[in-house]
Amino acid sequence: MPHSINSSLYAARRRNNSIAKVLALAATLFGLGWLVLILGVLLWNGFGGLSLAVFTEMTPPPGQAGGLLNPIIGSLVLTVLAVVIGTPIGILAGTYLAEYGRHEKISSVIRFINDILLSAPSIVVGLFIYEVMVAPMGHFSGYAGSVALAVIVIPVVVRTTEDMLTLVPNALREAAASIGLPRAYMVIRIAYRAARAGILTGILLAIARISGETAPLLFTALNNQFWSLDLNAPVASLPVVIFQFALSPYADWQRLAWTGALIITITVLALSVTARALASSGKSS
Amino acid sequence: MQPAGGPPVTDLALRSAGMSVAEAPDRARVLAKLRQGDNIFRLVTRGAALAVLVILGGVIVSLIVGSIPALKAFGLEFPFSQSWNPVTEKFGALAPIYGTLVTSFIAMLIAVPIGLMVAFFLTELCPMILRRPIAIAIELLAGIPSIIYGIWGLFVFAPFMQDHVQPLLIAVFGNIPLLSSLFAGPPYGIGVLTSALILAIMVLPFITSISRDVFEAVPPVLKEAAYGIGCTTWEVFRKVVLPYARVGVIGGVMLGLGRALGETMAVTFVIGNAHKVSASLLAPGTTISATIANEFTEAVGELYTSSLIALGLILFIITFIVLAIARLLLARIEKRIG
Repeated sequence: MPHSINSSLYAARRRNNSIAKVLALAATLFGLGWLVLILGVLLWNGFGGLSLAVFTEMTPPPGQAGGLLNPIIGSLVLTVLAVVIGTPIGILAGTYLAEYGRHEKISSVIRFINDILLSAPSIVVGLFIYEVMVAPMGHFSGYAGSVALAVIVIPVVVRTTEDMLTLVPNALREAAASIGLPRAYMVIRIAYRAARAGILTGILLAIARISGETAPLLFTALNNQFWSLDLNAPVASLPVVIFQFALSPYADWQRLAWTGALIITITVLALSVTARALASSGKSS
Repeated sequence: MQPAGGPPVTDLALRSAGMSVAEAPDRARVLAKLRQGDNIFRLVTRGAALAVLVILGGVIVSLIVGSIPALKAFGLEFPFSQSWNPVTEKFGALAPIYGTLVTSFIAMLIAVPIGLMVAFFLTELCPMILRRPIAIAIELLAGIPSIIYGIWGLFVFAPFMQDHVQPLLIAVFGNIPLLSSLFAGPPYGIGVLTSALILAIMVLPFITSISRDVFEAVPPVLKEAAYGIGCTTWEVFRKVVLPYARVGVIGGVMLGLGRALGETMAVTFVIGNAHKVSASLLAPGTTISATIANEFTEAVGELYTSSLIALGLILFIITFIVLAIARLLLARIEKRIG
């Protein structure tokens, strides 16, 4: 009698195990399915609209042919400026956390706050920059958009820089100190070089992150239907144009939105794949 | 770092400190200069590090200052009032707060079990050669910008929901009391449920990748011991891995929740922007971030703008608390691993 109870218990455990395994496989296929589905739809809808005109012509009024030249250039300019502002601050801050204040109390506070900023809602960053730049200046501007993006870049770069510098072996630091090299020179000449690939990865990830950001640009850089490189005025950007065109009732605008979405996605995926390759090549060497 | 036969590193240091090697004998001066350079660099990095705190302080102060007019006009009623009328300038945050919480809650309800199962598959079941590719694919899903989820949700997912899923839900739950009110009304396609599902897809990779990391940190000897007494793979996961990794998993879930609460673009496209608290999940609604994104540039008048900034303040407070808890939990597990 006990024998049969045991065997039924055993069967139940084996059955539960099989069910769990099937469910786990199903969950994984489900997760991957969305990736395939989203990318598939994106390629299907975006690829048809891809032509030379997209890269050479301005955004059109509804019903006319046109391209995405001004938002593409606008996005490039905003991104470059944001990286130029945000990266030095991020690298220096990460340097302080890893090299000077590694065990200080203030560093753990900064680390904590930085981690929160890393995942804080980006629309709040937009409101912040609106309050401190757009409202005092009296108008929307490309500068405000870039600063908003820079605020998103900084935490990403701080985090990766600190992590990468922490991975640099202490023996290198000790060797530098033993020949009398001041700390600043040790950091710049030795630690930065050793952590170069990792820091670059962080910058690439930050670029990937901001190239699709829409929310912080909505009320900082706003949008511009026309060709403009004046950063003191509203500047068009790809995500904001996608937002506007996708929600419009015009079929040709919606088509351009899909094409823009495809361009952004390819850019972002290429950046993150490059970053990943760079990170793993840095690890193995 | 130094090629053999080149100048010694100390000379390089001197050179970059702005002096030639010939001056080197003047040690005191050289050392003073080096120390000065060192100090300047230290102060600059410290300043940059403090900039992180300044940004946070700036966000908080600017949001508070910006929302003062609205909070003065509506006081404590603001978070609990459902009215949102730009004409009479009566604003309340109840509908957006409700929408934010409900969409995020449903999203987590779906994404947490699935994310954990994917992590279970990746750490315990998946053949070794497939682990890295699948993990990378899941993380690519995390890298797709939210506006892509938005446009996809609007043109592909919402029509699918309208044609297939929502009529089915109405048909199945329509006659069951309680549930029928959750799935009441016409199938619009857009709405609270659609937004929640898209959020679920978005946070799934975050939960998966953090859970995978903490599952992998479980000491193999614990799992081996469990296998040794005859546990099945599922029992090992359920009774050993999951309890051990509990704190980290909760941290990861909170991190995903923080993302879901603040997510803007994916939701803005498909929520319908209706300032209404509806019992039905099929009805259009709004979230804090969607309201701000939709209305901020069109807001006329100080009170309207200020109310939107006050919404931003509420969102920031909610996400700050959630993210702070997440980080504290994750820090605890990091300490244990490290």
